[in-house]
Amino acid sequence: MKTFEYTITDPVGIHARPAGLLVKAVKACDSAVTITTKDGKSADAKKLLALMGLGIKQGDTITVSVDGGSEDASAAAIEKFLKENL
Amino acid sequence: MQVGTGVSIVNRIAIGKIRIYKTPEYKINEETVPDPIPELKRYEDARKKVQDQQQVLYERAVASAGEDSAAIFQFHADMLDDDDLNDAVKTIIVEQHRSAEYAARQGFNNVAQMFKEMDDPYFQARSADVIDVGNSVVECLLGLDTSSLQGTEPAILVAEDLAPSETVKLDKSLLLGMVTVEGSSNSHTAILARSMNLPALIQCKQVSDDWDGHMAILDGYNSCIYVDPTQDLIDSLTKKHEQELAKDALLQELKGKTNTTIDGKTIKVYANIGGPQDVGNVQANDAEGVGLFRSEFVYLNSKSDPSEEEQFQAYKRVLETLAPKLVVIRTCDIGADKTVDYMNLDKEANPALGYRAIRICLTRKDFFKRQLRALLRASVYGNLGIMFPMIISRREVREAKEILAECRRELANEGTPVADNIQIGIMVETPAAALCADDLAEEVDFFSLGTNDLTQYTCAIDRQNAKLEPFSDTHHPAVLKEIQMTIDAGHRHNCWVGICGELGADLTLTETFLRMGVDELSVNPKSVLPLRKRIRSIDLTKPVGQANVGDAE
Repeated sequence: MKTFEYTITDPVGIHARPAGLLVKAVKACDSAVTITTKDGKSADAKKLLALMGLGIKQGDTITVSVDGGSEDASAAAIEKFLKENL
Repeated sequence: MQVGTGVSIVNRIAIGKIRIYKTPEYKINEETVPDPIPELKRYEDARKKVQDQQQVLYERAVASAGEDSAAIFQFHADMLDDDDLNDAVKTIIVEQHRSAEYAARQGFNNVAQMFKEMDDPYFQARSADVIDVGNSVVECLLGLDTSSLQGTEPAILVAEDLAPSETVKLDKSLLLGMVTVEGSSNSHTAILARSMNLPALIQCKQVSDDWDGHMAILDGYNSCIYVDPTQDLIDSLTKKHEQELAKDALLQELKGKTNTTIDGKTIKVYANIGGPQDVGNVQANDAEGVGLFRSEFVYLNSKSDPSEEEQFQAYKRVLETLAPKLVVIRTCDIGADKTVDYMNLDKEANPALGYRAIRICLTRKDFFKRQLRALLRASVYGNLGIMFPMIISRREVREAKEILAECRRELANEGTPVADNIQIGIMVETPAAALCADDLAEEVDFFSLGTNDLTQYTCAIDRQNAKLEPFSDTHHPAVLKEIQMTIDAGHRHNCWVGICGELGADLTLTETFLRMGVDELSVNPKSVLPLRKRIRSIDLTKPVGQANVGDAE
């Protein structure tokens, strides 16, 4: 399993549009991707409503765990997505 | 006459009959069903059908209100793909032996409740989206048709609240305005009203079903609706409404046309903006670019010194949305009348002649570099011009450019891309700059004349002091002379020269500026089209003062 941290810069946080795009990006990977907040809540990043239910805001640091499949490539793809969209 | 008050979303007027828009009440069968298996298929079919509908609504909203407003329907379609939600609905069907509509109602309500209980207003507002999609699924399962609710005549629509999908389904040609009892300025009703430029009033608590069919005037300027208005009100507001319509016609007629005089001289007309929120106005008024983006908002709206990242996001948003149009961003111009606590600026006897703008930036280099790095990073997302304010000497321009080059080197070392076609310019707003324009022109790509300060400094008239009004002359010959000198000096050195002060929008001077050879005028977005109309009515081959052959005045 690979993990990395990312701090959200989008002023609205993980809102509807990037959340939808993130779900699509994760579905395109062959790894399981879990997002965990600082207070320990986590969600499967393939699940749009659960992901939005985390209520992640600007300035929040999230931990992204990538498990199974081509982990390096998946982690790189997700990190790139986050930097470009969130 | 009855008066309803609320929060106005779009400052316009609508006059017409009221139509009460009410979703029909329907009953969902709460009984258990003997065989749940067909219900699973019914849910699945309805889910797919609604998902297709959302795709159609998305495309329709892109066409009528733009990508940003339409994005919500993409979210609606994505929501219907959510495994947790679909599994929850199916579990209710199978384990509780319920109908598809009962299970859908329960499942969507549970998710809506989750959003409602979140802290953040943005996420709270999403509960309305979930309810909206849930209603669409239930209506689809029950075979309800909501298309007749709007009626067949043009009307001001009055509703408890309008869900985004309802707003988009409405026949716009029959829609004069909207009034809702609920809603917030972030709700989709408000967003769509704004992008369709329709008068809308939200949080109007006086709404009554008895209003249906009554004559009314929705007055967005005064945030109210008059039901059965008096004749006086009808007369005065009809007149105002007609002026609006005339303006709309002008807009339609002039959109997409060039700013060309009768004899064929074309100049650029750009818009002045104060932040990312003004970008919509730039587009709506068909400005060719932004001639002055006052970056102060990032400083004035912040409690502490804004970070590079914060600034980068704001600049990126504007550049990206308007690309490939040129966006000239003026670097920090605080000081004088614009102060912020975290800068710890001293009180001065003569603030207008004091420590401000580039003078602060060149002495607080780290502060300046944060903005320049943010600008350079944003440059790859569009067509950027950087403009330095309050310049009086070539030395200052060189120093500012050196700091900019330093930031460029740092970013290159960090591997961050920066555009290589960034234009560099200065504000010409001091007599010193106008008098030394030949020297300064050698250093930059463009000049922008800030006529407000230029007039204040040239005439020694404090622009904040109302007592000086009798002495002030906005068309003072000294200022006009400086403008001519600046244009000529710029052209001698291949610099384009624009005007971004209030004089730029003064239609009585447009002919004068054209004769002086100005390349660009940057004005308030609302003045773009009236200015275009003025330019198109001028014939410079006619004698001075007789060039106006149109009906602009």
